[in-house]
Amino acid sequence: MNLFADAFAWLASPEHHTGSDAIAVRLGEHLLYSAIAVLISAAIAVPIGYFIGHTRRGKQIAVAFSGAARALPSLGLLTLLTLFVGIGQAPMAATIVFVVLGVPSVLAGAYAGIEAVDEHVVDAARAMGMTEWQILWRVEAPIGLPLLIGGLRSATLQIVSTAVLAAYVGLGGLGTYILRGINLNDYTQMLGGALVIVALALVLDAAFSLTVWLAESTTRHRPGNAAKPASVSQTHPQEGTS
Amino acid sequence: MTWLARNLDLVLELTLEHLWLSLLPIVAGLIIAVPLGQLAWRQQWLRGPMLSLVGLLYTIPSLALFVLLPPILGIGYLSRANLIVALTIYAVALMTRFASDAFASVDSHVRQAAVAMGYDGWRRFWAVDLPLAGPVLLAGLRVVAVSTVSLVTVGVLVGIRSLGFLFTDGLQRNIPVEILTGIVMTVVTALALDALLVLLGRWLMPWSRSGRGRAPARRRRPGRTEVAR
Repeated sequence: MNLFADAFAWLASPEHHTGSDAIAVRLGEHLLYSAIAVLISAAIAVPIGYFIGHTRRGKQIAVAFSGAARALPSLGLLTLLTLFVGIGQAPMAATIVFVVLGVPSVLAGAYAGIEAVDEHVVDAARAMGMTEWQILWRVEAPIGLPLLIGGLRSATLQIVSTAVLAAYVGLGGLGTYILRGINLNDYTQMLGGALVIVALALVLDAAFSLTVWLAESTTRHRPGNAAKPASVSQTHPQEGTS
Repeated sequence: MTWLARNLDLVLELTLEHLWLSLLPIVAGLIIAVPLGQLAWRQQWLRGPMLSLVGLLYTIPSLALFVLLPPILGIGYLSRANLIVALTIYAVALMTRFASDAFASVDSHVRQAAVAMGYDGWRRFWAVDLPLAGPVLLAGLRVVAVSTVSLVTVGVLVGIRSLGFLFTDGLQRNIPVEILTGIVMTVVTALALDALLVLLGRWLMPWSRSGRGRAPARRRRPGRTEVAR
């Protein structure tokens, strides 16, 4: 376990906390690219997912799309797009790849959330004279929120994972340490970088768990609520990791 | 396209290598996850912690896991065992949840009937629980197979040859066709394995012929699973 001690020493060493290669700077890059990609994915996928969930149309296409996305190797997409736009434009290529990988998870979370709403609740809302928009925003969206957040969680973890690979096409981020370590045969640097990445993934995962829990506690008015959906990982297995 | 014509041998060699690297984790993942899933389903108190643990394992980005494992296992990071163990961990992480759902999908009346007929635990597992959990297990295995094939490509960044080699080589030498070939072959390999699993499922489980795929997971008996939460 001496290697781990070296890695922690590497993490603690002051020279890795200043300048443009500081751990905090790389972490910031990583989070910035990931956040932008998650926001774009959500902007694309949430409206489509809500449409599919509300109208119950086009679900087959969405399922097929997420199945196909799982088979696509992210590193391959990343290198191909980078070649097309040029290494200088790598951030754009990477963002496109992140969005392609993030959309299916958010989509699944959005439509599964709407679908999980008890039909009787929707019927009751309709009988009370709510318009379709009101049903969507005031009934279906709040009840489906935990599953939507679950979808965002899968998408975020997938994107953060892929952002590690994006260092290979010169994006920066935390993957830089691992790939530079491989090139220089500097295992301490690789391990130090890997530890930061794992910590980031676990912290994000915990933050999402907390958010899901909060969202569930707002929709859970009475014990044994029949409409309480299963956790998203059951209706839609996590797609993190690449 | 001339690149492809000139390098057909290389593509074929890498595809076989890729397939080999994928198969081991998929099979190992199934063998390890089925008992774990059974345990999680039988011991309800274990279910929550076990599923959280595998969820956390699945959260770790693959490149980081390839770096993290070697000192723990005492192997070099360039070794293929590194990739195979890492992918097995992901396969187990995905598959345990499916396995636990699969056993929960077995109708409790059927199990009780088997008990009433005098089946002991071991025999009931092989003759009743496992076959009836089969369709959901298969659905999970298909997800595992496709994602494992896709993940093998990342191994090239730590120097393990697979179809991923076409990505890094294509980028360095500026040959888009080479990268595209790698992507297409990875997807084709994944889909071929998936189709093979479907056929295998039809052959082993003729009673679930209607090809419902993953649907059974959502048709679980409400009684048993609601209690689990």
